[in-house]
Amino acid sequence: MTVAPAPPFPVLELIDVVKEYRGDPPVLALAGINVQVHQGELVAIVGPSGSGKSTLLHVMGTLERPTAGELRIAGEDTSTMSDKQLSGLRSRRLGFVFQQFFLLDGQSVLDNVANGLLYRGGRMAERRRLAQQAIERVGLAHRAGHRPNQLSGGEQQRTAIARALAGRPALVMADEPTGNLDSATGASILDLLQELHREGTTIVVITHDHDVAAAMDRRIEIRDGRIIGDTPTAW
Amino acid sequence: MIRRLHGDPGGSRLSRRDLLRVGSLGLRSRRVRASLSALGISIGIAAIVGVLGISQSSKSGLLRELGELGNLISVQAGSTVAGQATELPTTADGMVARIAPVTNVTELASISSVSVYRSPFVPTIDTNGISLAATDAALPETLGVTMAQGAFLNPATAHFPAVVLGAEAASLLGINSLANPTQIWIGGHFFTVVGILHSVPLVNQLDSMAFVGFPIAETEFGFDGHPTELFLRTVPSEVSQVAAVLPETVEPADPTAVQWNLPSDTLKAAVAAKGAYNGLLLGLGAVALLVGGVGIANVMVISVLERRSEIGLRRALGATRRHVAEQFLAEALLLSVLGGVAGTVIGGVATAVYAASQHWSVQIPALALYGGVGAALAIGAIAGLYPSMRAARLSPTEALRTV
Ligand SMILES: Nc1ncnc2c1ncn2[C@@H]1O[C@H](COP(=O)(O)OP(=O)(O)OP(=O)(O)O)[C@@H](O)[C@H]1O
Ligand SMILES: [Mg+2]
Repeated sequence: MTVAPAPPFPVLELIDVVKEYRGDPPVLALAGINVQVHQGELVAIVGPSGSGKSTLLHVMGTLERPTAGELRIAGEDTSTMSDKQLSGLRSRRLGFVFQQFFLLDGQSVLDNVANGLLYRGGRMAERRRLAQQAIERVGLAHRAGHRPNQLSGGEQQRTAIARALAGRPALVMADEPTGNLDSATGASILDLLQELHREGTTIVVITHDHDVAAAMDRRIEIRDGRIIGDTPTAW
Repeated sequence: MIRRLHGDPGGSRLSRRDLLRVGSLGLRSRRVRASLSALGISIGIAAIVGVLGISQSSKSGLLRELGELGNLISVQAGSTVAGQATELPTTADGMVARIAPVTNVTELASISSVSVYRSPFVPTIDTNGISLAATDAALPETLGVTMAQGAFLNPATAHFPAVVLGAEAASLLGINSLANPTQIWIGGHFFTVVGILHSVPLVNQLDSMAFVGFPIAETEFGFDGHPTELFLRTVPSEVSQVAAVLPETVEPADPTAVQWNLPSDTLKAAVAAKGAYNGLLLGLGAVALLVGGVGIANVMVISVLERRSEIGLRRALGATRRHVAEQFLAEALLLSVLGGVAGTVIGGVATAVYAASQHWSVQIPALALYGGVGAALAIGAIAGLYPSMRAARLSPTEALRTV
């Protein structure tokens, strides 16, 4: 085990990243992005609809390869990695939270959370143990045995967050995690993310809400696939 | 907080056991759909196992019923070069009985010049196809046939106008019961029916015969004492040795004029021919299997479309393309194997129930059991291949964008 170096260490680094979607006409979703995310940061990505926020997050999370430019995760260049290597990276280093939660109704909350560790291998009992811990961290211990469709929207999103956290990833990425929730529930989810951040998790959150963004350490504002503003974290 | 950020992160993996869990999840959470889509395969396999099982059980049941030993030999006079049927010598049965391994012998002489009628008032052309034969008291034991009614001819009744009817002859004459004295009209004489035989599947031409004793045949019909056919039983292991010496023994002067055959062989051929019609049912089973396979492929394609977000999620959680393909392939295989096992059980139970109702022993060819499940497996693999490739080809973001 290594202790994280004290001057901020870049968990994520994008160098001249371009993403173009083929079509007629082609869509330039990301038009040259240069950004670093450091360990322990809580970053908000804001911008109008269609500005390229989700695309940026997908590229950051290796779910989509950039058309040009370089993506480094924990210092490693991902451009030459195979599907298998990228999947390994996602299973060990990255956690995702989506607006639509994406929970499997056929499984209990506990097993849904344990799915966050599924593709790392290891024993089922151990995965469940870690999942239980993550469930406790998001305050859902009393719901562990329920099915997702028996939970409220906020509880479902907490479950999804627990799933992203269970493997203690280097980076958690959330694409409008409060988008499907009422404002009070959304606020509690943001509180949870901030609490996790205080405990040391590195988090990137996409949000439409400027008030929410204002509460974050760092705000990256994008428009038309370009970064037009970056309020850096005050270390 | 301490976190590993350096070094090889390790690949993503999915153990066999986890693959099985993941592959069965879709089935467990959509039970009705899973059962319905496995049904086609079940029906196909059940049909195939049932057809093979029932036909095997019936063959073995039939053969056992009919003297599975195959030690019954029938001896006939051959035909002359001119094509005329020759007779066997009167000494034939005595000679044959002297062959050591022969345990039973009976003689039969068909008396084709005489017809059998229910009463004197029946027009002479209505013979009903019943033929008259003279025989001796050893016939039931030699052929292993029992009496449905009354008793067979014995040395005493052989001298009297007494007749025993084959099963079919009795029903053709409309005689079901011998409770009241029953007489029929044979060659201008009344004969009392003293017995009715059960049917003789091994030599079924006997069923349409009426049997009288040799002495009465000689006195009433001018029968010359030459038998036309001989039936004999031997020690089961000596059948071919006995058969080899039969012609010489029966007609030392002209062995080539004597023919013999094994009725059980004829029967086996008939039973085997019955298998040909099973081919049609098997073909139907195979079609059901094919349709079942198409059904599974169809359900899997729909499943992949419906579960795009699950696929995207799994990719985000670290599943490789291969893991996704394996998950859907495992699901298709599980579906088809469940269908195959259910079908095998259904086919086996159907066979057992049917065999029990027929008093046969249950016999299911091992090939049907393994082959059924094996065929299901192969079909599942083929049916699952395309949908699982499609699932694997989905890019994670494409899959996640669906909702
Ligand atoms: N697969 C695709 N093919 C073509 N164009 C795409 C594709 N995905 C996204 N785009 C386009 O890229 C641009 C950026 O999309 P993106 O989803 O990143 O926006 P966003 O900032 O997340 O918007 P929103 O706030 O509405 O979620 C949009 O113009 C969109 O139409
Ligand atoms: Mg978006």
